[in-house]
Amino acid sequence: MKDEVTRDERIDNLKGMGCSRKRVEDARFTQGKGNYVDDIKLDGMLFGDFVRSPYAHARIKNIDTAAALEVPGVLAVLTAADLEPLGLHWMPTLAGDKQMVLADGKVLFQGQEVAFVVAEDRYAAADGMEAVEVEYEELSVIVDPFEALKSDVVLREDTVDENGKPTDGAHGPRNHPNHIFTWEAGDKDPTEEVIANAEIVAEEEMYYHRTHPCPLETCGCVASMDKVNGKLTLWGTFQAPHAIRTIVSLISGLEEHNIRVISPDIGGGFGNKVGAYPGYVCSVVASIVTGKPVKWIEDRMDNLMTTAFARDYWMKGKISATPEGKITGLHCHVTADHGGFDACADPTKFPAGFMNICTGSYDIPTAYLAVDGVYTNKAPGGVSYRCSFRVTEAVYFIERMIEVLAIKLDMDAAELRRINFIKKEQFPYTAALGWEYDSGDYHTAWDKALKAVDYDGLRAEQAQRVADFKAGKTRKLMGIGLSFFTEIVGAGPVKNCDILGLGMFDSCEIRIHPTGSAIARLGTISQGQGHATTFAQILASEIGLPADSITIEEGDTDTAPYGLGTYGSRSTPVAGAATAMAGRKIRAKAQMIAAYLLEVHDNDVEFDVDRFVVKGAPERFKTMKEVAFAAYNQAIPGIEPGLEAVSYYDPPNMTYPFGAYICVMDIDVDTGVTDIRRFYALDDCGTRINPMIIEGQVHGGLTEALAVALGQEIAYDNMGNVKTGTLMDFFLPTAWEVPNYETDYTVTPSPHHPIGAKGVGESPHVGGVPCFSNAVQDAFRPFGNTHTNMPHDHWRIWKTANGLGLHD
Amino acid sequence: MSNKMHIKLNVNGKDEEFLAEPRELLIYTLRERLNITGPHIGCETSHCGACTVTIDGKSVKSCTMFAAQADGKEITTIEGIGGPDDLHPLQAAFKEHHGLQCGYCTPGMITRATKLLEENPNPTEEEIRFGMAGNICRCTGYQNIIKSIQAAAAEMSAAKEAAE
Repeated sequence: MKDEVTRDERIDNLKGMGCSRKRVEDARFTQGKGNYVDDIKLDGMLFGDFVRSPYAHARIKNIDTAAALEVPGVLAVLTAADLEPLGLHWMPTLAGDKQMVLADGKVLFQGQEVAFVVAEDRYAAADGMEAVEVEYEELSVIVDPFEALKSDVVLREDTVDENGKPTDGAHGPRNHPNHIFTWEAGDKDPTEEVIANAEIVAEEEMYYHRTHPCPLETCGCVASMDKVNGKLTLWGTFQAPHAIRTIVSLISGLEEHNIRVISPDIGGGFGNKVGAYPGYVCSVVASIVTGKPVKWIEDRMDNLMTTAFARDYWMKGKISATPEGKITGLHCHVTADHGGFDACADPTKFPAGFMNICTGSYDIPTAYLAVDGVYTNKAPGGVSYRCSFRVTEAVYFIERMIEVLAIKLDMDAAELRRINFIKKEQFPYTAALGWEYDSGDYHTAWDKALKAVDYDGLRAEQAQRVADFKAGKTRKLMGIGLSFFTEIVGAGPVKNCDILGLGMFDSCEIRIHPTGSAIARLGTISQGQGHATTFAQILASEIGLPADSITIEEGDTDTAPYGLGTYGSRSTPVAGAATAMAGRKIRAKAQMIAAYLLEVHDNDVEFDVDRFVVKGAPERFKTMKEVAFAAYNQAIPGIEPGLEAVSYYDPPNMTYPFGAYICVMDIDVDTGVTDIRRFYALDDCGTRINPMIIEGQVHGGLTEALAVALGQEIAYDNMGNVKTGTLMDFFLPTAWEVPNYETDYTVTPSPHHPIGAKGVGESPHVGGVPCFSNAVQDAFRPFGNTHTNMPHDHWRIWKTANGLGLHD
Repeated sequence: MSNKMHIKLNVNGKDEEFLAEPRELLIYTLRERLNITGPHIGCETSHCGACTVTIDGKSVKSCTMFAAQADGKEITTIEGIGGPDDLHPLQAAFKEHHGLQCGYCTPGMITRATKLLEENPNPTEEEIRFGMAGNICRCTGYQNIIKSIQAAAAEMSAAKEAAE
């Protein structure tokens, strides 16, 4: 057969890996045709909403729902008393704790769900909420985790025995009624010995403040119980639809095959939509009680006050080094404020998530980490906000400790990083706290970054600026923020990663249609990451059918294979690998079919872009499209008809993307106003599937990092009142505050991933926060500053300047 | 409540007439009553702009306006800006330049941007940043949204010149 198309053209036609293919998702979004959960309407659908506690800690003396039930349009009001006979007034959390679905006897945080009003529409539900009368008896409030560990106030009576002594928790002994767990990693005594005997030791305490993912779409669901067929359908903003199905089955007693969970389009997740919330349970119960579909959608205040927060880590570090700057030991202790219930979304075996990657990108021989989880009167549900299970806290910690050590050594922080990086030839590298880093080339990335920004030139400019400031010629200081991070993503290997006991593999099922198009279904669910575009690209390169001929489908548990969902940058490292592996199964079968059609032995054909070619005879080939048709219309001896495959992929290891970020910032000493003059971001996420989408992820992650570092905080007063319950008080940057970013890359493929890809969506957030923070703190370094806590809003920066005497 | 008001709107060229309570918010009217689900609810305090529509030629956040306040007015939502066969240049540019990710803010962004380009057909980057500051995006970091608006502005100006 004569082939008019060149090989390069055939590659281009596939739009496979490496190509900036435009997104197939965009047509519906740009035309207002997205299908988000609040767009779902069912006949007779009701609306549910919560009566929430105005107090952070109070006993509930009485709930009177009579008046609410008289309100026109109100059909039902659920309280804990209604849920108790069903065993649904408490639910298991993702962290081995349990959580009230509706307040049972007392409330533990402001905004806690007290009653669920079900009405014909939102307005009637709001009227019903107004009419529910709840009598509270206020109790003393604890918002400080250190105070909680000393206080006589027992926040959770269910966690102490009849003598008031703490019972053992899910993660071992507890030493105080308000203590949840102590979790340790590394070698305590050797680390303390190294640090005690070191010539140079830098110490610092830092608070990584409580913040919130705040996706633009809040959480919500629609529950529809079909009593005739015994089937429950649940649509919702679920980052892990299959896990939600299993949870619903476990707590409702409905068999899993009778539950269908659907994640439609999701308006941003960032970790906020991983956990299970009382709204899901109450909607399901309300649908069963009323026999009608029930929708529940949070408003923004509900979202900020009550759904999973992020961070809230009080970190204390010691780092030791030789006078030349070679790091010898690292010690870290964390007091973690988990709020009223321990509902953090971490793998079961890691109650403090992956905080134990806190040795970062550095070859630190000895290290020790201990984390104490604590109950307080704040909202529960710590999520890994745009990061993989607390790696953001870990990277912030080590990147601050490096800066503090550089000050102690009176050394350039870029050089200090360089001399301590894990070297290329040390990979795979086992860190002192246990994880095995798959691959890396940190020195190359760092050198490229420093050169790109003319680092030496910037330092010279900064020195001149300090001189000018001291001479009274300017009131603006200049900060150079440095950050080098290693992420730990792709959770993960079933041997060490699970949520609720479910191993964190992921899956892909592919069906090739006779005419050479295909559908692939995955256990993940996109929240804007462009899965429908990139997974088709992986498959196009693997099986030789154009990406435009491949539909990707996710988020429907009736059709998708079981998978653990999308968070922790796990889609590409885990489901992307499953996709490649399922594609290779298709290719293996297709090769046998092609060999039969070409009348040669299986081993005598080889795959080339989009076809199987007889070795040594390039003019003799069968395209994948031809093979697909043959699979359905020809009887081939020894081969079943059809062309389908499924892969459940259990990754052998996590993946370790890394990056080098540099921020140049001007700070007005008199107003505290910051101006980001330049931001350079180099990311190495291994093999790059769609550069356009990677770049977009980097821009977005950096902007969320900017928000966290420079102003975003969930703040409480001493009475446990949330001070930041709306977007008037909670900082989300607009186009006006955000700079342009310069993106760059190196490529160090993961050696254990089928296509070498590592995941990128969270890297810019993880690496960005310390970079912005370091820029602020670096500006004040010449005046004796070592550390100030985030968020660096204008007021706090002004206070730093004032404290350093720069206003005198 | 029985004090319903008689309200007439023209939405995307179509006349609508109904009785509504005075407290009914316009976003609710659009989404629940008229099944126009392009505008989204994001914050309910006029900060995020996901609910942006055009009313009598001005960008308005429909989450904090009562339907009664829009009585007699002309409203355009994303559904009235362009469809699959007649994409607005902004809709095409957002796809071309990766100006969206989860898509939740996109209808509000594009609706606002159409007005921005009417008011200022050749905006500078700074003018775009200022003009779009009422619309929040949590995914893109804005850089590609600005690029998309710049590209659409260039294309619309070129088309206008060619027409003249």
